[in-house]
Amino acid sequence: MANHADTSTDAPVRKRKKMSAGRILAWAVMIAFLILSLFPFYWMLRTALSTSRSLSSDPSSLLPVDFTFGAFERVLGLATQEEAIAEGGSGASVNFWLYLRNSVIYAGAVTLGQVFFSAMAAYAFARLRWPGRNLVFGIFLGALLVPPIFTSLPNFLLIKNLGLLNTFPGMILPTFLMTPFAIFFLRQFFLGINREIEESASLDGAGPWRTFFKIILPMSTAPITTLGILTFITTWNDYFWPLLVGNSEGTKVLTVALGVFRSQTPAGSPDWAGLMAATLVAAVPVLILFFMFARKIIDSIGYSGSK
Amino acid sequence: MVSTRTLEHSLDTNRKRTSDLRTALLFIAPAAIGFVVFYLVPAVRGVYFSFTRYNILGTPTWIGTENFEKIAVDPLFWNAMWVTVGYVLLNIGFQTVIAIVLAVMMQRLTKSIALRGALLLPWLISNVIAAMLWFWLLDYQIGLFNQVIEWMGASKIAFFADETWAIPTIAFVNVWRHMGYTALLVFAGLQTIPKYIYEAASIDGASEWTSFWKMTLPLLRPVLAMILVITVTGSFQVFDTVAVTTRGGPVNVTRVMQYYIYQKAFGEGQFGYGSALAVILFIILAVLAAIQLRMLRAGESDLA
Repeated sequence: MANHADTSTDAPVRKRKKMSAGRILAWAVMIAFLILSLFPFYWMLRTALSTSRSLSSDPSSLLPVDFTFGAFERVLGLATQEEAIAEGGSGASVNFWLYLRNSVIYAGAVTLGQVFFSAMAAYAFARLRWPGRNLVFGIFLGALLVPPIFTSLPNFLLIKNLGLLNTFPGMILPTFLMTPFAIFFLRQFFLGINREIEESASLDGAGPWRTFFKIILPMSTAPITTLGILTFITTWNDYFWPLLVGNSEGTKVLTVALGVFRSQTPAGSPDWAGLMAATLVAAVPVLILFFMFARKIIDSIGYSGSK
Repeated sequence: MVSTRTLEHSLDTNRKRTSDLRTALLFIAPAAIGFVVFYLVPAVRGVYFSFTRYNILGTPTWIGTENFEKIAVDPLFWNAMWVTVGYVLLNIGFQTVIAIVLAVMMQRLTKSIALRGALLLPWLISNVIAAMLWFWLLDYQIGLFNQVIEWMGASKIAFFADETWAIPTIAFVNVWRHMGYTALLVFAGLQTIPKYIYEAASIDGASEWTSFWKMTLPLLRPVLAMILVITVTGSFQVFDTVAVTTRGGPVNVTRVMQYYIYQKAFGEGQFGYGSALAVILFIILAVLAAIQLRMLRAGESDLA
């Protein structure tokens, strides 16, 4: 069981860093994997800055072919239909801003609800004393084992019968109130908070609500932020559930909108530049979050995996 | 550190023990509603549906084990099963080996957070975007990889459209997206191995290579077991990549289990049959998890 504290007891400090053949080989392998990880992102950018029609004339050029911001303009709806067609776009209008808005609503609402309500439950599991606490917690955790496809069929029917198909509540509700992982994650942190602080608060006459809002939540901003980021990224990237219940224009999220690309591509050459520009813009919010909170995200992965 | 003050306080909280129940119920109420409505009841209903004939527009009729009997002789089910197993073996095999190699190198070579971040980058974008990106990189006409293949004098490969290549290609895309993530899980496991073990090994004159095989790997076993359970369970449910690239084709070679369930339930509206397929997938995953944990003795550590 690794936790945050353990990551500081780091790798064995190697006193003599001689460049043996083994180390050089290891670095070579590492660099190869780095290139494998990063190069596709460069290629995405290079393609997005090219003119679609010209891509086939120089398909292996490392620089954008016939440099233009046209693809981004098409995606963001800034180009006229004539401009779009001239550069190899379809000319059909893409409601990119609408899908972006939908993604923000979906991922934002799920994150806020899930983190808040899971924090409340985690507090009850970590700090309050009540009969059956561990049993109920065990049952909640059991839900981790159930594959999502198994519950999504009945959940789809439920949302359909409630008349919530193609509405945001229908998309958001199933993960709005809890996920087993979120409760588990926060409970671990609440368990580690010093009891004395809470107890002195309760001596001062603070009830559990005030203790929760004034002491526990402010003391846990770090794990709560981490969980919020992870939840946001996961929900932002979600495809299966929004595809099932949010496939109308008004609720379609970016992943679902991008996913139809292949079926809509006519026999001719697809608008690769436009597609790469769209995927790049769709990934930007998550990439920004990552660059802001890289260390938090990286540390939390080790934590969540070794539960 | 037990002072009289803390003792007094804990006595105080003990006295209030009974009064916590009402508060606790209020605190877990939202989560409990979410759990019952969207996890527990659906799981029970899912099992019930699997014993019914249920067209999406009609009502469920109890038919006993008929769905399961049909599944047993459904060639598309068996096809989906073998396709999925093949995919999982390829995906998990490569992913696990690569992750261990990367994790050990992360530990031995550098502590750079930038490097770990760079390897994690593919995991941050969605399956859909990763699939689109590789769909382009591996495009038959003007994709970069086929340009390189041609330049090396070999003949082009229709990665997503060729019956032999389609599943390995989808496995590759998912290994690409998950290798950094899995490496970080393994890396976290490496941190739990105490320093003195390596020091002792190095004093005894063990090479890096020997200490990896004789020390690191055996001590990593419980962590690897957990990671395997997580990654195997995840990769059995592959859907997104298939749905946006091959849609089960060419012919049926990429019609993985979850895609088949999706087609049956939502494409053909056969909810009963789809639920029965989902029950079977659930049972397979549960059995596999139990076997893996047992075989890898996840609960025990060699670090006694």
